[in-house]
Amino acid sequence: MAILVTPQTKILVQGITGSFGARHTQLSLSYGSQVVAGVTPGKGGQFFEGKVPIFDTVAEAVKVTGATASAIFVPPPFAADAILEAVDADLDLAVCITEGIPVIDMVRVKRAMEGKRTRLIGPNCPGIVTPGEGKDSHGGCRIGIAPGYIHKRGNIGVVSRSGTLTYEAVFQLTSRGVGQSTCVGIGGDPVNGTSHLDVIKLFMSDPDTHGIIMIGEIGGSAEEEAAEWIRVNGTKPVAGFIAGATAPPGRRMGHAGAIVSGGKGTAAAKIEAFHAAGIGVATTPSEMADTLLKLMR
Amino acid sequence: MNIHEYQAKELLKRHGVGVPPGEVTDSAEGARKLAEGLFAKGAGLAVVKSQIHAGGRGKGTFKSGFQGGVKLCKTADDVYEKAKAMLGNVLVTKQTGPEGRLVSKLLIAAAPDIKKELYLAVLLDRNNGRPLIMASTEGGVDIEEVAAHTPEKIVKEHVDPAVGIMPYQARKVAAALGLKGDAFSSGVKLIIAVYETWWKSDAAMVEINPLCIITGPDGKDLVVAVDAKISLDDNALYRHPDLQAMRDLAEESPLEIEASRFSLNYIKLDGSIACLVNGAGLAMATMDIIQHYGGEPANFLDVGGGASKDQVSAAFKIILSDPNVKAIFVNIFGGIMDCNVIATGIVEAVKETGLKLPLIVRLEGNNVLAGKATLQNSGLTIISGDTMSDAAKKVVKSVVG
Repeated sequence: MAILVTPQTKILVQGITGSFGARHTQLSLSYGSQVVAGVTPGKGGQFFEGKVPIFDTVAEAVKVTGATASAIFVPPPFAADAILEAVDADLDLAVCITEGIPVIDMVRVKRAMEGKRTRLIGPNCPGIVTPGEGKDSHGGCRIGIAPGYIHKRGNIGVVSRSGTLTYEAVFQLTSRGVGQSTCVGIGGDPVNGTSHLDVIKLFMSDPDTHGIIMIGEIGGSAEEEAAEWIRVNGTKPVAGFIAGATAPPGRRMGHAGAIVSGGKGTAAAKIEAFHAAGIGVATTPSEMADTLLKLMR
Repeated sequence: MNIHEYQAKELLKRHGVGVPPGEVTDSAEGARKLAEGLFAKGAGLAVVKSQIHAGGRGKGTFKSGFQGGVKLCKTADDVYEKAKAMLGNVLVTKQTGPEGRLVSKLLIAAAPDIKKELYLAVLLDRNNGRPLIMASTEGGVDIEEVAAHTPEKIVKEHVDPAVGIMPYQARKVAAALGLKGDAFSSGVKLIIAVYETWWKSDAAMVEINPLCIITGPDGKDLVVAVDAKISLDDNALYRHPDLQAMRDLAEESPLEIEASRFSLNYIKLDGSIACLVNGAGLAMATMDIIQHYGGEPANFLDVGGGASKDQVSAAFKIILSDPNVKAIFVNIFGGIMDCNVIATGIVEAVKETGLKLPLIVRLEGNNVLAGKATLQNSGLTIISGDTMSDAAKKVVKSVVG
């Protein structure tokens, strides 16, 4: 039954009163997600939209509401603190949407999270969606900024470093009548909490996921690592796409982590790893869904 | 953000890294004075180094025909002559591209006798999210070549960010570099200081190539940074106003500077098909699909998730300032963003700029029907693409025919 979150997951939002956090909390509520608490230090005791209680600390919010997952919308200078507060409160899941966190802050966060039970998704990511059963997948769990209505409940897992490419893949699937189990945006930063491989492993052991779309981009070697694991252990069809084949070396392409440096992290190397692992490679971003569906026929 | 060699050395010096004495100047007369000072203090040789954000300076060629952006000189007069030949001229190196970079600043430094050249760098290891010290006995050469052909000559030491660098780690690296006696002690101090520079400046990378063993003024062996390259983490600049002040706008493309004023992420490329896209991943994929169908992208442009009408308009103006552009491909997946807002922005921008080039638009997502209607009813010649592939084929056809 999906991975990481289900329609019943109780969500708290850190940074619920900021304009970005507030807007997306509203969208999650109208999608039917269980947003049970907000956290804004100094605004404890107030209510968001007159119904969601706001707390000063994550620990209090968890104690009172039983929330198990957090959506983090706080600005970059305070994001590391917010993530570790979620870890300290022993949440199952912290999803950090914030873009622009200093790399060294994430280096410290990753180190501090070693041995803790909380899983971090992101930062600099669109978040996670487990579609619901209702019209336009209403009633699902939406943590983050993805458009909920493009989803459809089903059996394809989607994992990606890019927000808009995730939406493309989901839209292509839904337009063909094919639904998704869970869609995970792991984020475009060089240091993140959850890798392609982590999500791939979860999808492989989820009985409700029958096929996977994995979207990567230039920079780092997380896609190669996931591909190698799939080559040895993969049990389900996987289709993939890698963005950035035309990106000039040494330039950061929007995402802090999307850079070819020292000849490393090229699209060509990643695509080669995909081929070697038997992953169906979409030659253009228009063909992500069709490439997977062809493998599944 | 990249900084110049002279700035990198200033920063390293601040953290206790030894560098040969030197100063920056923007005039040949100034270069002569600095050289006179260095020679008076006993320097045997002075080096004149062009300050541009690109490597390969020594082997570069000026557009004037003058060879070499780095020159060793025996006299202050010679320094003056070399400085005159470099300043105000454009230096082309293997990293600058054919357009080269204008040299407007020179570092004039003492050039010590070098006993041995080594390599040292601190960077992030993305595989485990930890700082990595990388060193090699093969200094003064391209480290990528060393990594490709003799990887055993590169030593790596990870630092636990919760503890910070420990002296034993610096000793391990120094020993692996073959440092002995005075050079060993000097090297250990330097390695720790270079790491601290990386950590405290929020650097993306600190690279010292070559790191050199020289004879110090007291006759003892000394390890110093003869060249230095530092790039900084853009996300962390907000907490380093002193480093922010090191930004050199002359090293950046004017169009990219203009784009950053509107919070647009724009990178100029050499092709003829401009693209305007929301989202970094989709923007990269749009460049790729243009090339897939036989065209060449003119730029990377991410207008972000919540692009306003003003941003779309600014984006059009920036795209159109590139004389190579022959057609425009707008590729928008409006997840949350209203497609009609984007469509209205496009129509206004086209009218405002009097666009004559072919414009191909692919819109998908939230309120897409209203968006498409706005484009159709505008009376403008806007070609619509049903899918990304369809639109990419059409835009390539409009250029290639």
